[in-house]
Amino acid sequence: MDKFGVAQSQKYDVYASRLLPREEYFTSGHRSCQGCGEALAVRWVCKALGKEAVIAHATGCMEIVSSGLPQTAWMHPWLHVAFENTAAVASGIEAGFKILSRKGKWPGRLPKVVAMGGDGGTSDIGLQALSGAMERGHNFTYICWDNEAYMNTGIQRSSSTPYGAMTTTSPPGKRSIGQATWKKNMVAIAVAHGVPYVATASPSYVFDLYFKIKKAIETPGPAYVHVLCVCPTGWRSATDLTVRLGRLAVETAVFPLYEVVNGKYRLTVEVPKIRPVKDYFRLQGRFRHLREPEINFIQRQVTSQYELLLKKCEAAYPEFPVISHTEESQEGA
Amino acid sequence: MPTRTPIEVSIAISKAVQQADVDVIAAYPITPQTHIVEHLSELVADGELQAAFINVESEHSALSAVIGAAAAGASTFTASCSQGLALMHEILFIAASLRLPIVMVVTTRALSGPISIWNDHSDIMAERDIGWLQVFCETGQEAYDAVLQAFRIVRDPKVQLPMMVNVDGFNLTHVIEPVYLFEQEEIRDYLPEHRQLLRLDIDHPLTMGPVGVPEVYTEAKKQVDAALVGAKPVVLAAWQEFAERYGRFYQPVETYQVEGAEIILLTMGVISRTAMSAVDRLRATGKPVGLVRLRLWRPFPLEELRNCVRHAKIIAVIDRHLSLGAHGGPVCLEVRAALYDLPERLRIFGFVLGLGGRDVTVADFLEIVDRAEHYAAAGQPEEYSLIGLREV
Repeated sequence: MDKFGVAQSQKYDVYASRLLPREEYFTSGHRSCQGCGEALAVRWVCKALGKEAVIAHATGCMEIVSSGLPQTAWMHPWLHVAFENTAAVASGIEAGFKILSRKGKWPGRLPKVVAMGGDGGTSDIGLQALSGAMERGHNFTYICWDNEAYMNTGIQRSSSTPYGAMTTTSPPGKRSIGQATWKKNMVAIAVAHGVPYVATASPSYVFDLYFKIKKAIETPGPAYVHVLCVCPTGWRSATDLTVRLGRLAVETAVFPLYEVVNGKYRLTVEVPKIRPVKDYFRLQGRFRHLREPEINFIQRQVTSQYELLLKKCEAAYPEFPVISHTEESQEGA
Repeated sequence: MPTRTPIEVSIAISKAVQQADVDVIAAYPITPQTHIVEHLSELVADGELQAAFINVESEHSALSAVIGAAAAGASTFTASCSQGLALMHEILFIAASLRLPIVMVVTTRALSGPISIWNDHSDIMAERDIGWLQVFCETGQEAYDAVLQAFRIVRDPKVQLPMMVNVDGFNLTHVIEPVYLFEQEEIRDYLPEHRQLLRLDIDHPLTMGPVGVPEVYTEAKKQVDAALVGAKPVVLAAWQEFAERYGRFYQPVETYQVEGAEIILLTMGVISRTAMSAVDRLRATGKPVGLVRLRLWRPFPLEELRNCVRHAKIIAVIDRHLSLGAHGGPVCLEVRAALYDLPERLRIFGFVLGLGGRDVTVADFLEIVDRAEHYAAAGQPEEYSLIGLREV
């Protein structure tokens, strides 16, 4: 690890040497595209996880670019099974370690169990397995790498693709404005399951991301973190604007950063003056075809959704009774 | 001394899982697998089995969770059939390729459509190439023993593969039979404690389930095949030791009255008992008929099969699955291919019966023998015939 770690850590020695771990758990040498926001997010998230974590990963960009046999970029114990079942795999890992520990067959400390998947593997094909795992109350953290389309297979739309965006299966045309549906609200879905810690995050806000992951893995029971990952290849954006675009998503309130702890919403990054969505769209080819009325329509939607979020944050009382996650909830005596 | 207890076969199977001290069970209900997992939940709820029982939301997740638990180092069990098994399909291959020692009971049942909850082998015949060890059971005793043996086999460091025990749904799972059940002490020495070689371990991190690029995919596949074929001596040794300890001997291919038999019925699973009655009846009339029952289905027992049929003239292979658009059932086609290279060529006819729970009777086997003789004498083309098909 040192071999990879030193070279990379020098880069942030200047600003964060005492605040963030130097250890690299997601090493260089993987095959992600230039400017990949997801690889950046994975690197910070793995630092936040620390050594004692076990990762189940869904099929997708990050699995493909990081695990070509016989090489691997992962320093954690890591298991990839398939596309739609990552939360179920994580359920098994968590239940396995817990029962082995109880039966005295696992002498070490229980590792943090983490499941990771893209937006397709989370909000589309993996939603059932995720719903099951959250409902059963497994002690695990699910992290969604949301780059807003099936980038790995060539930029096809998912239910997480934003309204109006051009993808290869939601192309704008004479009778189409591009993606015709609104982005699925995965955070609300997780909150509706009674998940005690739910958050949005972005690698453009490293400390916010880092501490949210820390909180998520320390939460007993399930936790869900939805990470927006800028994808220059799919978003048709310049590779050196990845971090800038991630910030613009937050500054325009397209992707606000907040957390929901036991049902209580809280903005974690406050934006004093919300910028127009145009500022965010301008730097991306996937919105280039949108005209003034369509952008205005999206602006109204974004504004009203943001206002709704602010209202949720002001609500004094949790919206739901939080499920309790006792040791007995999944196992017999 | 073991006691012979009248017990529902499903309950006997769950008893075997309990005695194997399994750590994690993940299951989704499907008829006729339910009695097995219901009883296991009771054992867990009563503290008689210290295990995690994960009530997953689908069969796909059942196998996925079991894979996760096995990768964590736990001894694991699941059970399913039919639509549930089909839903697991893609994950079945991955379990073998990850070399995880999972034990699964398949309570074989027809596949839709039309939807049918009743017994045949159409679900399991779609899972021939998944890389799991597979046995078919004839009796409740055999099912109970086979589950215990399966845990012993998959726990062998030389195997590290998942194993399926195929038990006919309803016709065997829901039958009450006298079964010799072990006391825990009796079985302890036979069943080693579960210990996984390669597992998710934070002190020895490992990447499991990586991408197989064209340069390595072929070799990765070959390794699973070599492991599966290479597991056969371990299987045979496990059965041999079981026989020496407990007096019940199982073979990859079981035979009945094959000595001097010119016509051989070849069956799998519970209908073999009915076939035996037919053999008895025909032998009483002086007809040289015998029965061969395929027990070990994967790895395929090529040598054993050849050895026990090489002196016969006619083989009637019974399939409990209609391979749509093919020129025979899957068992018949495999058997025909396996016997093609024998110096003396056998006449091999395929018969399909007992689909979707249709009753299989002694009369059906008498008809099969009759037809096979007739076809051989008349030089009929060697295609399959459906027994008991009503004109519509």
